[in-house]
Amino acid sequence: MTIADMVRVLHAKVLCGEERLETKVHTACCSDLMSDVLAFVNEKTVLITGLTNAHVLRTADMLDLKCIVFARGKIPGEDILEQADEQGLVVMTTPETAFTACGLLYEAGLRGVPIEWPESEARL
Amino acid sequence: MSQTLLHAEYPVEAEDYTCAGEASADIKRKLKQLGVSSNVLRRVAVASYEVELNLVIHSEGGALTLEVTPEQVTLISRDRGPGIPNLELAMREGWSTASETARSLGFGAGMGLPNMKRNADTFAIDSTVGEGTTIEMGFRLA
Repeated sequence: MTIADMVRVLHAKVLCGEERLETKVHTACCSDLMSDVLAFVNEKTVLITGLTNAHVLRTADMLDLKCIVFARGKIPGEDILEQADEQGLVVMTTPETAFTACGLLYEAGLRGVPIEWPESEARL
Repeated sequence: MSQTLLHAEYPVEAEDYTCAGEASADIKRKLKQLGVSSNVLRRVAVASYEVELNLVIHSEGGALTLEVTPEQVTLISRDRGPGIPNLELAMREGWSTASETARSLGFGAGMGLPNMKRNADTFAIDSTVGEGTTIEMGFRLA
């Protein structure tokens, strides 16, 4: 799926990075906990979040993410968008809730980040 | 002794949420310029961001030290207190004593120290209540 496909599926509005919409995305992750994102995410992932502060961008920068989706129509400040553009990110806002946004993307074929627990931390 | 390719110090202030992450962004940029592979780069960046945020959220201030040799990236965090009373609990995923401010920014989920340990090739933590905490992480380059 490309970022342009996501924009269509999510009825989203692109806030920056219009010229990078053909970038391919492989997996998605939805979280407001940046530490969880830092723990499990890889660079081909899209982040869906309700947080609009600068730490979302810094987290994206650390992981070389390519795209951030703000759920429930949230729009970050101009300073955040300028920084996102400098980082080469595509940022969009969708009127959908985070839950619905994830559902729509899943239905369209996008899947979550695979989590590989080390044996010592195996769950369930 | 191995040749030092890079040495840098970054002071980190307590509760300075605005600047939190700037040191890690600079560390990542410098390592990229040195041609460090993207896998190592990402692991250092994640661990560095987590440790920098820990200094901001939990410490009374401290500093990050970056040292690069042809064999290894070493990242050391030293703070001026307050120290961690129970290291075993602090290393447990989900355990957190972070403030509401930290949580409202998306942190304080109790993933910081486990994240650092998971990303680094070597991880050592030493803490004394009333004195401070030192964390040393190594990332192999060769």
